[in-house]
This record gives sequence, structure tokens and C-alpha cells, in this order.
Amino acid sequence: MDSSFLFGISTMSYILAMIIYITYLAFRKTQIGIAATTVTVIGFVSQTMAILMRWKEFYDVSEMGIIRSAPLTNLYESMVFFVWCLILGYLILEFRYKNRSFGAFVTPVAGLALAFIDISGMSKEIHPLIPALQSNWLLAHVTMSFIAYAAFALSFSTGLMYLILKTEKRNQAAYIFWTFTLGIFVTLLLIMGIDFLTFKVAVRPEEFIKNYMLKASFLNSSTAVKVLSWISMIVIIFITWRFGSVLKTVIEKFNISAETLDEITYKSIAVGFPVFTLGGLIFGAIWADQAWGSYWSWDPKETWSLITWFVYAFYLHSRMIRGWRGKRVAIVAVIGFLTVIFTYLGVNLLLSGLHAYGGIE
Amino acid sequence: MTLIDKIRGLLASIKFAIVIFALISLTAIIGTVLEQRAEPARNIQILSRLFGESLAPIIYRVFEKLGFMDMYHSWWFITLLILLSANIIICSLDRLPRIWKMVREPIRPLATERFEMAVIKRELLLRGKPDRVKDSVAGAINGIGFSYVESKEDKGYQFYSQKGNYTRLGVYITHTSIIFILIGALVGISFGFKGFLNLPEGRSYSIAFLHSAPLTQSEEQERDRIVNVLEASWGNTSKASEILGIKEKSLKEKLRVYGIQPLGFSIRCDDFDVEFYEGSDMPKKYRSWLTVIEDGKEVLKKAIEVNDPLKYKGITFYQSSYGMMSHAHGWFILRITSHSGVSEIKRLNLGDRFTIHGTDLEGTIKDFSPALSFDHQGRPFTFTNMMNNPAVFIDFNEGGKKKYSGWILKRYPITGKLPESHVVEFIDLWGTQYTGLQVRKDPGVWIVYLGCITIAIGLYMAFFMSHKKLWVRIVEEKDSTRVYMGATSNKNRSAFERKIDKLIFLIRKRREGGD
Ligand code: HEM
Repeated sequence: MDSSFLFGISTMSYILAMIIYITYLAFRKTQIGIAATTVTVIGFVSQTMAILMRWKEFYDVSEMGIIRSAPLTNLYESMVFFVWCLILGYLILEFRYKNRSFGAFVTPVAGLALAFIDISGMSKEIHPLIPALQSNWLLAHVTMSFIAYAAFALSFSTGLMYLILKTEKRNQAAYIFWTFTLGIFVTLLLIMGIDFLTFKVAVRPEEFIKNYMLKASFLNSSTAVKVLSWISMIVIIFITWRFGSVLKTVIEKFNISAETLDEITYKSIAVGFPVFTLGGLIFGAIWADQAWGSYWSWDPKETWSLITWFVYAFYLHSRMIRGWRGKRVAIVAVIGFLTVIFTYLGVNLLLSGLHAYGGIE
Repeated sequence: MTLIDKIRGLLASIKFAIVIFALISLTAIIGTVLEQRAEPARNIQILSRLFGESLAPIIYRVFEKLGFMDMYHSWWFITLLILLSANIIICSLDRLPRIWKMVREPIRPLATERFEMAVIKRELLLRGKPDRVKDSVAGAINGIGFSYVESKEDKGYQFYSQKGNYTRLGVYITHTSIIFILIGALVGISFGFKGFLNLPEGRSYSIAFLHSAPLTQSEEQERDRIVNVLEASWGNTSKASEILGIKEKSLKEKLRVYGIQPLGFSIRCDDFDVEFYEGSDMPKKYRSWLTVIEDGKEVLKKAIEVNDPLKYKGITFYQSSYGMMSHAHGWFILRITSHSGVSEIKRLNLGDRFTIHGTDLEGTIKDFSPALSFDHQGRPFTFTNMMNNPAVFIDFNEGGKKKYSGWILKRYPITGKLPESHVVEFIDLWGTQYTGLQVRKDPGVWIVYLGCITIAIGLYMAFFMSHKKLWVRIVEEKDSTRVYMGATSNKNRSAFERKIDKLIFLIRKRREGGD
């Protein structure tokens, strides 16, 4: 049994858990809920074991001592760690609030992230570290950033749920905002699923194509498929918009008040913000200072981290303006996590496509 | 309302802060799409991917006029940062007196009817008169980490206590830290510099190069002449200006234009070396052995590597890259150990000969490859011009007769074992590589770091600590005592509630132990 086998188990567990959690939402049978939790815990345990094994594997090749060998050295490993933090945070929440309803919102994010790893073609190999990356500051920076990202992901889920609960009219700005966001998310999830099926299962991709993300849809070579993809996305967004109230009825059955959701959103940001400030910005700056001799150089990654930081500062302050409680604040929380995703992936995927430097390695 | 009042009001409002956050974020997004300080062609290319060939040049011109090609140094971006600072300062000053009062205000006993209205409230009944219960209650309050003030009331006592009042300042520490960090950055920009230096093995320099505008050929020649004269006079500008026959002031102006930064001392690279991971071309470590020379004396030696720079007189040298010099002439350093165990180090040139101690065996250095590899037919070839796998080819003769020959590889000492069990190790080819150094002076960096430390403290106070108040009244009731508790906390109420429950538990325990 090696680490990639265990990672496979955890990926499948989370996807299965997502389905069970959604079933649980629909039928609200306790047994189903317990099954969902069990599957999530199985996924979590095997992921933990896989991470530890990878740690050991890396320790054996890196010649750098145990701490420096933490498996947090590339996009792949950091993504795995992010999912791990997210699931841990969720399980703690489920235990504390005795409520399983978030599962249906958190496991898709985990599943999305893990599926993304597979289809983006990012390297899973264990490489020894180049000199610039051999730094304890960098390690602290990556670890804390991902703890913060996980907290932000949680606030995204609860913020979105809050919006779903609090809006009804289809012409309301907040309603349009969340249905649009959710529609795009669902589209991406589906499209990545299609990528996964067409390339990973139907053909052997590694031989001729490294990164097959969106290649079966938006980036397909055939114009017809491209147009069809855009139309599908519009249709999905439209359906989400038209039938969004169904989701509302589902969430209303959660026995969770909008106020609690608002509180959880605030609390996770209140944890994520200081951790992100210290780990994401300050430790990152110290590392850059030691490695390159410049604590801040306005490169796109740094700048996007700063934008993320501003959005969450925006969130914290907007709560203090009277009349900004509730929906508007929740929208800011959702936007906050969208900037997190962009900081983390968009900079590598989109901006690097525009600029000359490398994409996902 | 005067204009000044209006501006003040604007700068004191959180709404304005939110506008500024939004403006900085939006402009910064554009700044990450366009490459900063790049050649125009690159950004036109980016824009044409986004907007098409025909629109790109027009959009480019508009953005260029607006300063987006170097936006983080543009007047309007700096204005935004100044507005943010002014906003933070005025907003904080506006609220500070009120918060300060809350922090300094001593806690007072709570009126009887107010206990009903407290956010957290508890009640319990204990056996015994207040005078006997009193010590247990007081002890339990200490037991949860609160110190209290006690006052006598007509049918009992009241204890009141507060903790963490200063944590209300956390937000202000956070805000002040941001100002600190910005000031630190400003000090760095105004009084520091950021440059680079490609320093060949064995050479010393007393200047660093800053990034300057592209130079014409004749300007470049003049620059090189100035650099040479400066080096010959050990970085002394008044001496150099004498030699050049110009005024010191105009020399300094030329240094500014050409991006030449005198260091005030010299730095020499004694050696440079790359270590690779076993069996791969991935560098594991690169190191430069540097010496600082001041007034002709060696004052400091240090081996630097990535993540471990050298610092002298406020100037820091970072290991950042390395490379080969095209026309350099280097020395082969060999360690030769005869089978009898005598070891010698030799510095040799291409074509030089050496003998192995106590024998007639004579080696001749015939060839060199910086990165030796063999093709599938076993023929040697050089796979890169960097020193990834340096090797020397040596011919061995005995008494004028050819004996054997072969490649000796630096990374694989086993290749230097001769049949008679003499060992020839290829230690280094010295003098052909340069080490790429980032050279920086930033007198503001400690202010920035100080701001980072205080922002961490401030955020910790703001989010993980709270201002808690606690009142406990004990009132006589027939043969027993009723205990009323009231408590408030500006954050983390549930954690405080658990603490209050612990207080009750401690009181009960003490009472049971007592009688
Ligand atoms: C990037 C810059 C800033 C950061 C990181 C920042 C950070 C914070 C944080 C963490 C809080 C505490 C929030 C909470 O407890 O939920 C806070 C509160 C506050 N901030 Fe800022 N802030 C920034 C800029 C500003 C600016 C420009 C203003 C000017 C209007 C401002 C005004 C306030 C006020 C009035 C409070 C509430 C204070 C209180 O609760 O007594 N902040 N800020």
C-alpha cells in the first residue's frame, strides 16, 4: 500500500461522502447522516496516513531532516494539505454544532480540489528542493496559509448558505449574485468531471497531453464544443437562478438559523484573518527577504495575496457599518474566497498564460 | 461645516476606508495583468490576447498615460496609500479617547436590578451565612484567574472584577502597525538601494549595479571606464574623480545616471561552488565564500548560501544566481595522493604536467568539460556550458611512454583512482565562475519587521482575547446565602460562559470541602 493508493481512497471517500451528505439533506434520516460522517472520517484517516507516508518518502530522499521534509513543497502537496485542513475543520464543526448540514457544502469543495489535482496534470512527483525553497519560513508560510485558506473556505460555505436562506426574489441583487456564483461552481465541477471521464478513463492521457483541464469543454479544439460549453454554462446558471428557491427549502430544513451561519462565517474569518496575516503575508515576506533580498516586490502572487487580505479587511470593517449586516457582508465573504482561489490557482493558471513564466509544474 | 471638517469627517469614516480598499484592490488587479516595468512589446502582446490586435496599441497608450506600466510607483497609487494611512490615523484618533476611557475605567459594583439584565447571568444557593461563604467565593474567583475588589452591602457582599480591558487596544495596535510598515517601506525606498553584482571567483568589487535605463554603446563604454577607475582606487570617489579629471560632484551624478552604487568597502569572492543532488542536475546548495575588505584589510569572511546572506555595515549580500564567464582562464585544483599516502594540492593550467610523489608517473591535463556526459556509443560530450559535471581529461606517462588516460569527474571522485592505487581528485576549476549577488541596503527593514511583530500582537489581542467583566453578589437568605452572578464580554462569549460555569463548580467544591 503506498501513499497514492491511500490518496485515491480518500478522494473517492470524499466524493462518495458528498453524495451521501446531499442524500441526507433530502431525506434527513439519521442513519444516512452517520454513514456520511463515517465515510468522511474514513477518507480523512486514509488521507492522514497518506500524508504521513509521503512525508516519510520525502524524508528518505531529501537529506534534510524531518521538519524540512514536510510534504508542503509544491502545488500538489499544498492542495492536499488544504483539503486535509478543510475536512478537519469541518469535522470539528460537525462535532461542536452537532449539525451535519454543512457536509453537503464542504465535501464538494474537497472533491473539487482533489479532482482538480488529477485533471490539471500537476506533478505529483517527489522532487528534492532547490535551494531557495529550503527555508523554515517558507514551511511556516505555506502551512499557515493553508490553515487560513481552509478557514476561509468554511466561511465561504456558510456565507453562501446564509445568502441562500436570506434571499427570495429573483430580481434581488444578492439572489442573482449567489445563483450566479453557485452556477459557475457547479459548471466547473461538472466540466472537470467530464474532463476526468474523457481523458483519465476513456483515453490514456499521460502519453500525449499533460494538462487536460477544460480540454473537453471550453478549451476544446472544436468550435462547436466550445460554443456548446458556453451555452451549457449559461443554462446551468439559468437553472440555478430559476430554481434557487428549492435549495432554500432544503437549507431551511437544516434547523440552523441564519444568525448562526452569520456567526460561523464571522468566526472563521476571525480565525483565518490573523493566521493569514502572520503566515501568508508576514512569513512570506520574511522568506522572500531572506531568499531574494526583498520583502515585497509586487509580483502577481504577492499582489493577489494583498488583494485577498484587503477583501477580508473589507469584510471585517463592513460589519461595523450599520445597515451592512447580513446579506451584503455575506457577499463580501463569498467574494473573499473567490479571491483566495484566484490567488492560489488563477495566478498560476491564467496570469501565467498571459505572462511568460511557467504554469503548473 | 467647513471644508476641513468635511475632509476630516470623510477621513474618519469606515465607508471611505472601504472605498480605498476597493480602489487599491481594483487597480492592483490591473497591475498584475500587465507586466510591470517591462518592455512595451510584452504588454502589447498581453493586451492583444485580451482585446485583439487592433485595439491593443490604443489600450496600451491609455494605460501607459495612466501610469499602469509602473503603477506601484505612480503618483496615484502612492496617493492611495497615503489616503489609507491618513484614514487609519484619523479614524483611530477619533475613536481612541472613548476606547481609552473604557480601558482605564475601574470597574464599579453593579446595582441590584442590573444583575437581571446582564448578558451572562447565574444564580445559586449555598448553605451558611455570607460571612462563611465569602472566602469560598473569593477563592473561586481567584481560581479562574480574576483578581477582585470587594465591597460590603447591607445584606452581604459584592465582588467585582475585570480582565483584559487593555485588549480593546488590539485594533489600534493593528492599525498603528500598518502605518509603521508603510513608514518602514518609505525609509527603505528613500535611504536604501537594491542592486546586483556578478562577482567572479578571485575578483573584488567596491560597487554594486542598480537597475538603470538602457544605455547606448558610448555610454556603456564610459560606464565601464568609471567602474575600472573606481575599482583601481578602491571605491574612493574623490580619488577616482581626480584620476578621471572631473569634479567629484559630476562623478557622483554620473554614478547615479549609470546606476553605480559605491559600497564603501570591497567584497571579494574567494570561491564559488554548486552542490547537486546525487545523480541529478538539480542544485542542492550553492555557496560563495566572500571576504569583506576595508582600507586594505580583511575584516569579515563568510560562506553565504541561498537563505543565508552576508551583512556588513547595513549592506546585505544575497546569493541569487551563478554563471560561467566566457573568456576566463581558470586553474585546475587537483589533490594528488600517492599510494604511499603522501597528499599534495596542485594548481595547474590546461596543458600543465605534474608527477605523482615518489614515482615516475606523470600526468598532463589535456582537456576539460564543464558538464561531461557520454552518448549511447560511449563518446563524451558536453551537455551544458554550466559547471554541472566538471571533468578533466588526463594523460598519464611513465618514462616518456604513454600508460593510460581518462576523464576524472569532480562529482564522482571514484573516477580518479589509478590502477596503482594512487588517487587524483579534481577539487575545482577555480576562476571561471561568477557568483550572482543581490546587494541591498534597507535601513527601513527593521521598522517593517517591528510593525509585523506588533500587527501580530494586535491581531491576537483583537481576535483571540476579550475584555471580560464579572460581578458576584452574595446575599443572606434565612440560613443560607444566595449568589448572583453577572458577566459580560466583548468577544468570545461562549468561552467566558464556560469559565463562569467553572467558577460555580469551584465555589461548590470549596463549600463542600469547607463544612
Ligand atoms: C489594511 C488596513 C486595515 C486593517 C488590516 C485593519 C484591521 C482591522 C481589524 C482586524 C479590526 C478588528 C475587526 C473586528 O474586531 O472584527 C479593525 C477594526 C476597525 N478598523 Fe481597521 N484595519 C485597516 C484599516 C482601517 C482604516 C483605513 C480605517 C479607517 C476608517 C479603519 C477603521 C477601523 C475601525 C473604526 C474599527 C473598529 C474599531 C472598534 O471596534 O473599536 N481600519 N480593523
